[in-house]
Amino acid sequence: MADVNRGNRPLSPHMTVWKFRANDITSILHRITGSALTLGAVLIVWWFLAAAIGPDYFAVADFVITSWIGTLVMIGSLWALWYHTCTGIRHLIWDTGRGYDPELVARSAWIVVGTSLGLTLITLIIAI
Amino acid sequence: MSYKTDRARVSGLGSAKDGTHHFWNQRLTSVALIPLTVLFVIPLAYNLGGDHARVVEAYSHPFNALVAVLFLVTGFLHLQQGLQVVIEDYVHGPALRTALIVGNTLFCWLFGLTGVFAVAKIAFGA
Repeated sequence: MADVNRGNRPLSPHMTVWKFRANDITSILHRITGSALTLGAVLIVWWFLAAAIGPDYFAVADFVITSWIGTLVMIGSLWALWYHTCTGIRHLIWDTGRGYDPELVARSAWIVVGTSLGLTLITLIIAI
Repeated sequence: MSYKTDRARVSGLGSAKDGTHHFWNQRLTSVALIPLTVLFVIPLAYNLGGDHARVVEAYSHPFNALVAVLFLVTGFLHLQQGLQVVIEDYVHGPALRTALIVGNTLFCWLFGLTGVFAVAKIAFGA
């Protein structure tokens, strides 16, 4: 008891010992995109309200949304929406108890990233 | 006075105080949002950046207007549920936590219903 080394004992593994993999990033990004979509949602509601109020006020909302920073936020929100939808579907599949095989988890992480980028591109083509 | 035993009174209630009700409702809005997102985003992407007359014409169509209303209601409900989980996970002080959960709920209802009002005004003739 007397010679217990209190300063140099091994610690149990904490977050920093794990290597970041695709499935960690996709999980964190699901939360980040979901929370970040608040901004896009508020802007779209404002845009609808401006359209309901009249052409003069609509011009203000349209100016903000089509400005370079507005365009950046809209394209970012578009990708966030598709990404959150894809990872959301992945989470719903997990909720049924399926798809937990480690290789499958890694593969579905990349499928989700690829599909969200593809859907963003398709939507942008519709927008142009 | 309740005749329930202490065990029966708390049965099914976790740390969130209301069992699986929140979890289950979040899955319901998730599933509903899969088709609604596709139906909402396509006309929105097509008309965003268009002039006032074009936007009003697009959302005067009953289908676009109805999809937009359903998306806004379900979407803001889902946002409220999701942000609440984030608050519950990361904010630990009881006062701040409760304040943020209440604020989040009011914020989501305010913007969700404002969106519904705006789309309805366009659809019924602004």
